[in-house]
Amino acid sequence: MAKLSEEQEMLRDMAQNWVRGESPVGAWRKQRDADTVAGYDSAVYGEMAAMGWTGITVAEAHGGSDFGWMSLGLVVEECAKTLTASPLVACAIAARAIALGGTDEQKAKYLPAIASGELVATIAVDEGPRHDPATITSKVADGKINGTKAFVAEGDSAGLFVVAATDGLYLVEDGAGVTKSRRQMVDHRSHAEVRFDGAAADKLTGGGDGLLDRVLDHARILTAAEMLGMSQQAFDQTLEYLKQRVQFDRILASFQALQHRMADLFGDIELTRSAVEAGLGALDSMGDNGDLGQIAAIAKARANDSLHRMSREMVQLHGGIGMTDEFDAGFYLKRARPLEAAWGNSSFLRDRFARLGGY
Amino acid sequence: MASLAEPSPSAEALDAFRIEARDWIAAHFPPALKGVDMSRSALEGPSDKSADKEAWRIAMGEKGWGTPTWPQRYGGGGLSDAEARVLQQELARAGASNPIGGMGVMMFGPTLLEFGSEEQKMEHIPRICRAEVRWCQGYSEPNAGSDLANLQCFAEDKGDHYIVNGQKTWTSGGQWADKCFALVRTDKSKKQGGISFLLIDMDAPGVEVKPIKMISGLSPFCETFFTNVAVPKTNRVGDEGQGWTIGKRLLQHERTNISGGRMGGGVSLSELAKACVGTDAEGRITDGELRARIAKLEMDGRAFAATAMRVAQEGGVSVASSILKINGTKLMQERSELLIDILGMQGLGWEGEGFTNEQIEAVRVWLFGKATTIYGGSTEIQTNIVAKRILGMPDMG
Ligand SMILES: Cc1cc2nc3c(=O)[nH]c(=O)nc-3n(C[C@H](O)[C@H](O)[C@H](O)COP(=O)(O)OP(=O)(O)OC[C@H]3O[C@@H](n4cnc5c(N)ncnc54)[C@H](O)[C@@H]3O)c2cc1C
Repeated sequence: MAKLSEEQEMLRDMAQNWVRGESPVGAWRKQRDADTVAGYDSAVYGEMAAMGWTGITVAEAHGGSDFGWMSLGLVVEECAKTLTASPLVACAIAARAIALGGTDEQKAKYLPAIASGELVATIAVDEGPRHDPATITSKVADGKINGTKAFVAEGDSAGLFVVAATDGLYLVEDGAGVTKSRRQMVDHRSHAEVRFDGAAADKLTGGGDGLLDRVLDHARILTAAEMLGMSQQAFDQTLEYLKQRVQFDRILASFQALQHRMADLFGDIELTRSAVEAGLGALDSMGDNGDLGQIAAIAKARANDSLHRMSREMVQLHGGIGMTDEFDAGFYLKRARPLEAAWGNSSFLRDRFARLGGY
Repeated sequence: MASLAEPSPSAEALDAFRIEARDWIAAHFPPALKGVDMSRSALEGPSDKSADKEAWRIAMGEKGWGTPTWPQRYGGGGLSDAEARVLQQELARAGASNPIGGMGVMMFGPTLLEFGSEEQKMEHIPRICRAEVRWCQGYSEPNAGSDLANLQCFAEDKGDHYIVNGQKTWTSGGQWADKCFALVRTDKSKKQGGISFLLIDMDAPGVEVKPIKMISGLSPFCETFFTNVAVPKTNRVGDEGQGWTIGKRLLQHERTNISGGRMGGGVSLSELAKACVGTDAEGRITDGELRARIAKLEMDGRAFAATAMRVAQEGGVSVASSILKINGTKLMQERSELLIDILGMQGLGWEGEGFTNEQIEAVRVWLFGKATTIYGGSTEIQTNIVAKRILGMPDMG
């Protein structure tokens, strides 16, 4: 665990307490069973906003606390442990795009509303089921955008989209020319198809050519923090279970084969934790350091692989109970795969890492 | 290495049998069922009694060809292994699936043929051959999973019958089954040696089932409760205390079947990847890592099939079933994971608009498939069996 400042420790403890008290996995189960289009409870998001979480990475001038990505990562990780559903991650990324590429006017118009939790914003990049930012065809002419975005995270509830078009990023408000179609996915969260038919599009003119890549790197790192939280919780819960489940007159944790499995998983998740923290730290400290692409690729690829493995092991090591809907393991497995696919699966990210490394 | 247990029929005899099988299938197989998979229906879900399916089930059942190698005197087909393979090829050629299946065929029947009394075989095997009775497996209990011999469900001796009390769990298809083959305790003083193998009617007074919902959204298994259920002693297979030996043999049949299930079936991963991911000028899948994973899966799949064939030739069901189960289930799970990986978000639909039925089915299969490394003796338990029984690596106690 990275060395945290006193304020960061307080923030983490506060998040931990809130998640345990107010948003245990049971809350997610209720939300899942309620099966709403938005995929989260807006009252819960309101509580998060009231605690200031929606403005952690927004500048103070725009109503945020400018507390940084490491801090937001702590909150995201804690929320992920109990699969707390909210648009926190999507909003932070969209806000970042505006902060990096927007004019003062655009920032003033949207950032305070995102920071206060009033406005849900998200980035809309991919046009197919696999992450592929190189093949964008959405086009803007005369300030109007046309194109279809696939599996937009939190797209169902978003009031503002940061849309990747052939010549850069655009701000598009929900309204005329925007059609959302719900997609009911295995994780029961929002991944909408969003069609733009001549909707008004306002360009983010700043941030240079690399803007989309930088925004995506933010998304990769913050998503990795979410996945880290899930991996950690899946691990902790499995370890706990092995220490109490008795078969053959002894606890399962006493079998060396399982000791080695858990020790190996532990080390694996620790490496991922370091990679994620390095990513969050990089977002805080270096701003536009050219290495960000590789650091983000490492964080997300590691998080993908750790969570993939841990989500399977959680089911396997719980035996029959792990297969039941009544138990939580299935939730982690089902949320893991959409996150693995988001912003690059591991082979995409390894390819990107190698390219950035010049090989 | 290979040693064929039986003399193979002559090539001419096999050719003649092929013609006989082809003609019979042409005369009896309802064309509307071409390509319809009936193999799961005996296991999962309530029975489908559509007229075509009933007709095909009855025809195959009466002919005994749903259980082609079982003895004719009990209603089986009485075919040699070579003839059964020919029959299998001819069924596949006609797009016909075997409507006779389920746990009766895969596990219980072969075990009863080996251990049952003549009366028990006459009573149960013909009805399995005709798919008239559905069987479920009452082995696991809340505290007897991997440690199956710890089972507590108790059968008290009452002279000519037992009174059974206790709970089973994870009973696949329990809510649809007519009968249950169960492991019960008849002696509390011995662990393995106190277990007996009983056949219990699921509609007997005192039997209750409670379906359990699975992560795939379906409820294919149940908790099963026995409260003062009377079971005649004639329903005990083997001697009292012999249940562990019989029950383990049945598990070997189960493992062999699990490992072979649905392998290699379904869509071609490489074709799917070409379509979803794209190809370069030479037709290679552009995602090199994905391409290598698909190739590895196919190569390992072929090696696995060759191993399954070799095990069958070398003497049927044995501890080698553990190796088959470990590797077969691993490959199946990897295939499912690859399939959704190739489809990306499109491979993660749960229901509703925007997904094909096949895509949603693939997600459910992916989730259900996680059970294959747990049931029938988990991968970890199979690994222990290989280490101890095949490799002779001792327990430290
Ligand atoms: C979908 C499904 C269908 C099923 N259908 C049936 C059925 O029809 N009838 C029936 O009787 N049962 C059925 N089962 C039950 C199944 O056989 C048990 O779940 C299985 O034996 C494991 O037992 P358990 O669930 O108690 O897990 P546990 O035994 O508690 O095991 C938990 C984990 O610990 C591991 N473990 C246990 N012991 C060791 C060890 N010594 N060394 C290393 N690792 C170990 C296991 O491999 C597993 O990963 C079904 C299960 C599922 C999931």
